[in-house]
Amino acid sequence: MSRSPIRDLLVGVFVLSGLAALAYLSIQLGAATYSGPGGLTLYANFDEVGGLAKRSPVVIGGVRVGQVRSIGLAPDGSFRARVTMDVDKSLKLPDDTQAAILTQGVLGNQYVGLSPGGSDTLLKDGGEIAYTQSAVVIERLIGKVIQSLGGGSSGGDTAKPPAAGGKGS
Amino acid sequence: MLDFVRTVGWRSVDNVYGLGGIASFGSRLVFETLAPPYRLRRVIDEIYNTGVLSLAIVCASGTAVGLVLGLQGYNTLVRFGAERSMGAVVGLSLVRELGPVLTALLVTGRAGSAVAAEIGAMVATEQLDGLRMMAVDPIDFVTQPKAFALFASMPLLSALFIVSGLFGGYLVGVGLLGIDGGTYVSSLENNIDFRNDVLGSILKSAVFGALVGLIATWRGYTAAPNSAGVSRATTGAVVQASVATLMFDYAITALWGVGV
Repeated sequence: MSRSPIRDLLVGVFVLSGLAALAYLSIQLGAATYSGPGGLTLYANFDEVGGLAKRSPVVIGGVRVGQVRSIGLAPDGSFRARVTMDVDKSLKLPDDTQAAILTQGVLGNQYVGLSPGGSDTLLKDGGEIAYTQSAVVIERLIGKVIQSLGGGSSGGDTAKPPAAGGKGS
Repeated sequence: MLDFVRTVGWRSVDNVYGLGGIASFGSRLVFETLAPPYRLRRVIDEIYNTGVLSLAIVCASGTAVGLVLGLQGYNTLVRFGAERSMGAVVGLSLVRELGPVLTALLVTGRAGSAVAAEIGAMVATEQLDGLRMMAVDPIDFVTQPKAFALFASMPLLSALFIVSGLFGGYLVGVGLLGIDGGTYVSSLENNIDFRNDVLGSILKSAVFGALVGLIATWRGYTAAPNSAGVSRATTGAVVQASVATLMFDYAITALWGVGV
C-alpha cells in the first residue's frame, strides 16, 4: 500500500489518543493518592487502628495534609500499633496535637484526623504525637451495647437507661 | 481396541505437533519484528485496519458498558447507602477486568477474524506461494505486520475503552442519578492503584493483543487452500482467540495478584 495522508493522519490520531488515555489512567487515576508536599515524619501509637491502611489520608479540619506511610507494632513491646505519617513540612504543629482515627461516613474509609493544640513548642521531624484516640470498631461497640442491654435487664437496674449502664464507661 | 489406542496416540501427537507449529510460528513473528527490515509502512497500514477501524466500536461499547455499570452499581450500592463509592465500582471493574477482556473480544471479532480470513484467502489463491516464488518471505511480509499491529493496538484500544466507560459511568451517575461529580471522580481516584490496577490492566491487554495476533495469523496461515478452509480458519481464529483470552485472563489475575 502506498502513502496516504488521510490514513496516516488517522493512525497518528489513534496512537496519540490511545497514549493520552493510557497516560490519564496511569497519572491521574493510578498516582499515589496524595501528591501534595510531605517531608515531615510523625509517629503516633494507637491501641487500635481498625481499617486504617497504607496511604490513608491525614487530615486537619477536613483538609488533606499528608498520608499514612506505614503501620506496624510499636518497637517498645507494648503491643500498640505504631502509625508512621508523612505530613506537609510547612505546617507548624504544636507538640500537644491530637491524632484520632476517624471514619468517612458510617462505612467509609478510615483516616487520621489531627487537631492541633495550643502549645508553643512545635513537633519536629520524627516527633511522636502523644495524645491519640483509637479507631472505633463497630463489632466491639455493638458487643458493648448488647452486653449492657443484657446486664441492664437481668440486674433489674431500672434507674439508668440500659444503653448507659454496665460497661459503658 | 488397538485402533482406539492408536487413534488416541495419533491425536496426541497431532496436538503436540500443532503446539510446536504455533510456537515456532510465534518465535518467527517475534524474530521478524525485531530484525530488519522493519516494514514501517506495512505496519502503519495494518494499525489503520485493526486499530483505527476498531476505534468506533470500542469507544461505543465502552460507553455502553460504563452506562450499564453505573446503573447496576448504583442500584446495588444504594441498598447499603454506599452510592458514593460508585466511582470505585465502575473504575475498578473497568480497569481490572472489563476493559482489557472486552476490548480483546471485540477486536478479535472485528479485526482478528478479518486478519485470519485475509491470510486464509491469500493461501487459497496461492498469493503466499507467489511471494515465495519472488523470494519474499510471507511471514515477514504478510503476517508479521498484522500480528504486530494487533499487539500494539490492543493496549491503546483498551485504555480508550476504559476512559469511555468511565465517561459512561459519569453520565449515568452524575447526569441521571444525581451523584455529585466530585464524589464520583474522587472515589475513582482514591481507589485505583497504579501497580495493582493500571499496570496489571496494561499487561493484560498487551498479552491479549499478542495472543489474538498470534492465533489469528496462525489460523490464516495454516488454512486449507479452499473456501471451506478459509471459513474454518476464520471461525477457529475467533473461537480460539476468545477462549485463550478468557483463560489467560484468569492466569494473569491469579499471578499478578488482585491487591487490596
